[in-house]
Amino acid sequence: MVLKAFFPTCCASADSGLLVGRWVPEQSSAVVLAVVHFPFIPLQVKELLAQVHQAGHVGLAVLGTWCHRRRGAEESLGQFLEGLGTIFSHEPWLQLCREPGSKLWSCKATRRQVPPHPGAPYEDQVMLVFYDQRKVLLSQLHPPAALPDRQAGDAAPSAGGLAAVFDTVARSEALFRSDRFDDGPVRLSHWQSEGVEASILAELAKRASGPVCVLLACLLSLVSAVSACRKANVLVSVLLDVALGLALLSWLRGKDRIGPLAEALVPVADHVAEELQHLLQWLMGAPAGLKMNRALDQVLGRFFLYHLHLWISYIHLMSPFIERILWHVGLSACLGLTVALSILSDIIALLTFHIYCFYVYGARLYCLKICGLSSLWRLFRGKKWNVLRQRVDSCSYDLDQLFIGTLLFTILVFLLPTTALYYLVFTLLRLLVVAVQGLIHLLVDLINSLPLYSLGLRLCRPYRLAAGVKFRVLEHEAGRPLRLLMQINPLPYGRVVHTYRLPSYGCHPTHSWGSLCRKLFFGELIYPWRQRGDKQD
Amino acid sequence: MEDERSFSDICGGRLALQRRYYSPSCREFCLSCPRLSLRSLTAVTCAVWLAAYGLFTLCENSMILSAAIFITLLGLLGYLHFVKIDQETLLIIDSLGIQMTSSYASGKESTTFIEMGKVKDVVINEAIYMQKVIYYLCILLEDPVEPHGISQVVPVFQVSTEQLSKVFSPKKICCLSPFSAFLLLLMFSRNVNSSCQDYLRTPDSYF
Repeated sequence: MVLKAFFPTCCASADSGLLVGRWVPEQSSAVVLAVVHFPFIPLQVKELLAQVHQAGHVGLAVLGTWCHRRRGAEESLGQFLEGLGTIFSHEPWLQLCREPGSKLWSCKATRRQVPPHPGAPYEDQVMLVFYDQRKVLLSQLHPPAALPDRQAGDAAPSAGGLAAVFDTVARSEALFRSDRFDDGPVRLSHWQSEGVEASILAELAKRASGPVCVLLACLLSLVSAVSACRKANVLVSVLLDVALGLALLSWLRGKDRIGPLAEALVPVADHVAEELQHLLQWLMGAPAGLKMNRALDQVLGRFFLYHLHLWISYIHLMSPFIERILWHVGLSACLGLTVALSILSDIIALLTFHIYCFYVYGARLYCLKICGLSSLWRLFRGKKWNVLRQRVDSCSYDLDQLFIGTLLFTILVFLLPTTALYYLVFTLLRLLVVAVQGLIHLLVDLINSLPLYSLGLRLCRPYRLAAGVKFRVLEHEAGRPLRLLMQINPLPYGRVVHTYRLPSYGCHPTHSWGSLCRKLFFGELIYPWRQRGDKQD
Repeated sequence: MEDERSFSDICGGRLALQRRYYSPSCREFCLSCPRLSLRSLTAVTCAVWLAAYGLFTLCENSMILSAAIFITLLGLLGYLHFVKIDQETLLIIDSLGIQMTSSYASGKESTTFIEMGKVKDVVINEAIYMQKVIYYLCILLEDPVEPHGISQVVPVFQVSTEQLSKVFSPKKICCLSPFSAFLLLLMFSRNVNSSCQDYLRTPDSYF
């Protein structure tokens, strides 16, 4: 296998020194994390690596040497670096070298112990892969296969080829604490070394922000990386909700709209009731040219008209209090727009209560009729429903049973169109109201479950949410090792929404379209907001 | 080292296949699809605007004309950004993986990288599409749960299979490039399993 050396771009301009990182033998790849500069004491370097191993449970080692010859440099540097190979023994020993001011690199990977060919060391073919250390440290890989309940910390270090690189960099945070500008025993170059401010004030601000960052990190480290994102999403959603609610409140108060709204509400309810009255009159006549059974028509029509009359009386009774109620409801908008929308949905439900009642009456009547019809139809054919066995069995009836049964069947059949028409009209009205309420609930759901923080992160810092990596081949010369640039492939927006979507506590329809149609046909009542697992009727 | 072969399909659109050899362990194949033709663009625009003008004469509302212009613009932008693929590139890096890049006409690039450890095999599948048979190259991915199973089949060069199938029909065998002849040989021999490593180790004299 070709040996892959993952080299951080920040170290490409660093001075000569030792390469420190992790060797993954399964993928034959060396992940370089930092460069240790001269002068150093080998014992202290080994101590530092042991400390990092203890802190992050990642086995680091000295992988090789890095040679960046400045102009007029001595040749003895090369020999000195070769001698270091004897102090820090590592298989294979990497030797990376860069010509000054040019893009020409040379790499060698030598092995001392080769099982089938003892004696002379042989060299591996090396491929250089550059990576941006800061971005790799901060990013979080989202594997395409949905492995349930896997967190970044649980993954074994050797899981997946490139996931190992991300994992190594993430676990070696202890290594990045000290810098080449610090006065520690070991001087390192890594991603923290670039971008050192020239201004003293900026440096002081950075030092001061250290404790603040530590505090924030402590708070966030109470939860793992994945749910920290979820909590941020929830917080941003709630903030947006409250902001929209306050905007609505200010709009309502701005031009004093509550008064006109309250005054318009009762006439609207009156108008709806009037329209319903017209509808009932139409049904009691000859609707759409159909001929109804006169007696049943009159009974049902009058019953519904009286119910409507009662409802209108109650609305008029309530009218003095409407404005006060609306004022308090408007106040609740400061808790969030979703609260205001939910209250609006409830107000609609209350105002259309009579339609709900009509639907229930019509559905019950229709259901009874259908039950009776099906049972008498079985009697007509000489069968009956066996409740014990839950199936249709044949049965011998007496003559008078058959006679009465057939009579009743005929009566029910001829009364069916009237009942069915009333049921149809009121079911349509009820479905309309349910649709309006459903739209409001959808909007509330959308506001609650959209992961705005993750979407913002994807927009502004796309490297934080990584779907994978992508490679670009850099300038290549014959005889030189192949150089690739590894960049982070950000997660597409659809997957961001899908992964970080907050669980919605709203109601999903418990039945499919087929079962809905079946229920409508047989006149069973539809409860659109009933959750799965609730007590059934 | 670069190599470019261009050929045209039956409909007259130009297809170009470019092969780049970076090193013994890295190769790139680049397939360019025919560009958006002015003829089809003009035809669609004229159709939409004629329909809008017809509606305008019925309704006497000038909003319809502005709406038609917006729809045409947005539709064209959406088509260029989401649908029209200009070029597809396949980069094979030994012991790292396979990278497939699609560049759209608006400049957007969408990249997928498959690690070598996940690749089970590379096969040429044949599919029956209406009255003809088309061939497409695809990569089989391993299933992490079941070692002998296949979790996904990823077709390579998604858009170009239609054009490729026109090129790779037996009638055109005399004017095919060696690369396509190699693929045809694989197809007809029915030994359709060829792994990436085998392909990379093939000496250049084969071509």
